[in-house]
Amino acid sequence: MSIEAFDVAVVGGGLHGLSAALHLARAGRRVVVIERRWTGRHASGATAAGVRTLNRDIAEVPISLEAMAMWHRIAEIVGDDCGFHARGQVNVAERDEHMPALLQREAKMRALGHSHEELVDAKELRRLVPALSPHCVGALVARRDGAADPHRTILAFRRACEAEGVVIAEGCGVEAVDRQGPDWLLACGDRRFRAPVVVNAAGAWAARLAALFGDDIALGVRASMMIVTERLAPLLDPVVSVVGRALSFKQSDQGTLVIGGGLQGAADLDRESSTVNFSELAKGARASSDLFPAVHGVRIARCWTGIEAQTRDRLPVIGASPNAPGLFHAFGFSGHGFQLVPVVGSILAELVVEGHTRREIAAFAPQRLMQERAAA
Amino acid sequence: MSDHHTDLLIVGAGPAGMAAAVTARRHGLSVRVVDDQSAPGGQIWRAIETVAATPRLARLGEAYRAGVDRAAAFRACGALYEPQSQLWQIEPGFRAFLTRDGRARSVTAEAIILATGAQERPVPFPGWTLPGVLTVGAAQILLKTADSVPDKPVWIAGCGPLPLLYMTQLLAAGGRIAGFLDTTPRGRVGAALRHLPQGLGRFGDLVKGLSWSLALKRAGFPIIRHVAELRAEGDGRLESLHYRTQDGREGDVAAEVLLVHEGVVPNIHAPLALGCAVKWDAGQHCQVPALDRWGETSQANVFVAGDGAGIGGAEAAEPRGRLAALRVATKLGKLRDDAAEAAARPERATLSRALALRPFLDALYAPRPQVFAPADETLVCRCEEVTAGELRTRAAQGRPGPNQLKAFTRAGMGPCQGRQCGYTMAHIVAAVQNRPVEEVGFYRIRPPLKPVTLGELASLDEQEPAA
Repeated sequence: MSIEAFDVAVVGGGLHGLSAALHLARAGRRVVVIERRWTGRHASGATAAGVRTLNRDIAEVPISLEAMAMWHRIAEIVGDDCGFHARGQVNVAERDEHMPALLQREAKMRALGHSHEELVDAKELRRLVPALSPHCVGALVARRDGAADPHRTILAFRRACEAEGVVIAEGCGVEAVDRQGPDWLLACGDRRFRAPVVVNAAGAWAARLAALFGDDIALGVRASMMIVTERLAPLLDPVVSVVGRALSFKQSDQGTLVIGGGLQGAADLDRESSTVNFSELAKGARASSDLFPAVHGVRIARCWTGIEAQTRDRLPVIGASPNAPGLFHAFGFSGHGFQLVPVVGSILAELVVEGHTRREIAAFAPQRLMQERAAA
Repeated sequence: MSDHHTDLLIVGAGPAGMAAAVTARRHGLSVRVVDDQSAPGGQIWRAIETVAATPRLARLGEAYRAGVDRAAAFRACGALYEPQSQLWQIEPGFRAFLTRDGRARSVTAEAIILATGAQERPVPFPGWTLPGVLTVGAAQILLKTADSVPDKPVWIAGCGPLPLLYMTQLLAAGGRIAGFLDTTPRGRVGAALRHLPQGLGRFGDLVKGLSWSLALKRAGFPIIRHVAELRAEGDGRLESLHYRTQDGREGDVAAEVLLVHEGVVPNIHAPLALGCAVKWDAGQHCQVPALDRWGETSQANVFVAGDGAGIGGAEAAEPRGRLAALRVATKLGKLRDDAAEAAARPERATLSRALALRPFLDALYAPRPQVFAPADETLVCRCEEVTAGELRTRAAQGRPGPNQLKAFTRAGMGPCQGRQCGYTMAHIVAAVQNRPVEEVGFYRIRPPLKPVTLGELASLDEQEPAA
């Protein structure tokens, strides 16, 4: 059997895998993306595609701001604007008692030297989102945030990869890993790949892949549910979330409402499938019609769930394996990885090519979840 | 039986659903029947209870009249009947979600019989989305429920028993027919005849079909045979039709209403959503659920009966419904195996008689090849306005399957969930990628099975106990 040899094997054809492959190829590496099904099959194809810096964990803020700058010139990076529109993200307070938390958040961000999160009163909120129910009292706003089109984004990253000579091997699941001199040997059905460097971007299945290399990483799973409605006339511009409820509410370019917010269905990693829990999803519909009374009679076209990895501290795993030489991890984005796609690929390229990165990624070290596991 | 729980949930109150309910009740099962119509009868016996008291009953024919007794037996059987209810999701175990009067709620059951029938096979051709172009099935619903006859003469295009039946019913109701574009290809009778010996037991049906044809000929409207291609034209609505026959004859006619029909296919969205295995039926050019001899799917305690199990008509639907109910009674401990087998014997005999003519009809009325290969400019996905040409282009880039193609083009993402474009997409993919259509498969089905509003779904949150 012939072995296909590369400089880097990226495992996982989701957006993070494609972004890593793209940046590595541009750094001159010969890259293969090994994907068990097809590009964007799971979380990347099921995401609401929010492009959000608002309310990020403090540890993620620096890379998230860098990613946002990249989104604003995304067409230069991948040759398509990915349907990205910077129409803002708005975190709404429904009651006066929700305002102090927003106030504190804004003060904290300003103290850290960040000005992208801004508190607005009821009047400005009404101006930004006229369709919002009048009971809402204020909001925290990030005006340069927005949302993209997930399918266009997948296609754009994929095409950019192919234009750089990246080989995309779909229908290839990694079944076994072996060491051969300085290289890793990956067995995928009847194909064999060899590379000194492996990037683990296997999403919900990343801990299973890591285990093949001897890394035992504690990782949970999410199955976030989404609702898409029939098409409507323009209703709102920004992406709206709300304090104390699981809701993310926006209108796509096609006019459909896209409603998410992290309500959980059920995931089955072995069957690679997930199911909607409508008793739970009803809360999202309730929050939607509470905040936007006009949508009460809007018909739901389809609902789905996407399977994705979640870490204990909701921060991603980005960095070199402490055990396996040449193995780099990038997964565990815990429901908010879409916005980080352009920058994480760039970080991985830096790690692989230069052996270190100028970005702040200490909080994302895989070791933190391995130590927890060892202590448990 | 509690308010939300029954032994058996039956979806659909047509011939199969009603027969299943009556049988299940006879064996002591608690039964809930959910149906989106306002009265029992399904498609074939739609509005039977109200029509029964009017002169329309006679006009609609003998097969229709047979529904009167069935609906009465169903009403009397003691099943909990929920009309005007949209069932939009079934979770394993089983919990089913439905909407009635703008409120959503969920009910539970040990077993499910899906008796959701068939839909007309979508027939994409240039102009098929113009106002004024409808299906024969939709027109027949108006005739049955509202005694509604189009006030303009109608053009009919298609093949199969339904156009013949509808034209007969329409003439009896005082409607006018502008002409019939018969799309049955040349030579079909010969191909079908080899299936005739096994269908000879259904001599009555053959005579009935023949008598329809003769009556229509006598009515004197133009009948154009072997129409292969069709184009509807008009500015904002249908104004004219262009057709071309297999041997190249072409024609343009003025038209205000066009009714099309190219047969029916099983509704498989509910079984697909439940993860039931399906297989390709080469005779009927569609997917059918894989069923055992009782109608049970690959998922335990999920049954399919009626045309949803494969097109067989009302006379096949009833024994299929009863067989499924017998098996449910056995599985839930209400009926011994040997008693179920004994009761099943006459049902299987009835079923096999009812299906005897089917291979002949399937061969005679198989859809013409153009149905599956529309011209590039034809809209295939009406919801997202995706053309055949766009699908062909994308299908040739790599070897995408239905779900990738959906992500690339948005075909199948709209509220109809691919009910309109699924088979056309599959045939286009098969042709472009040079592989058999049965291998291509279908879109992954996303809930809800029927559109439900945000307000209706929200109402579920208000009622669900905080368990």
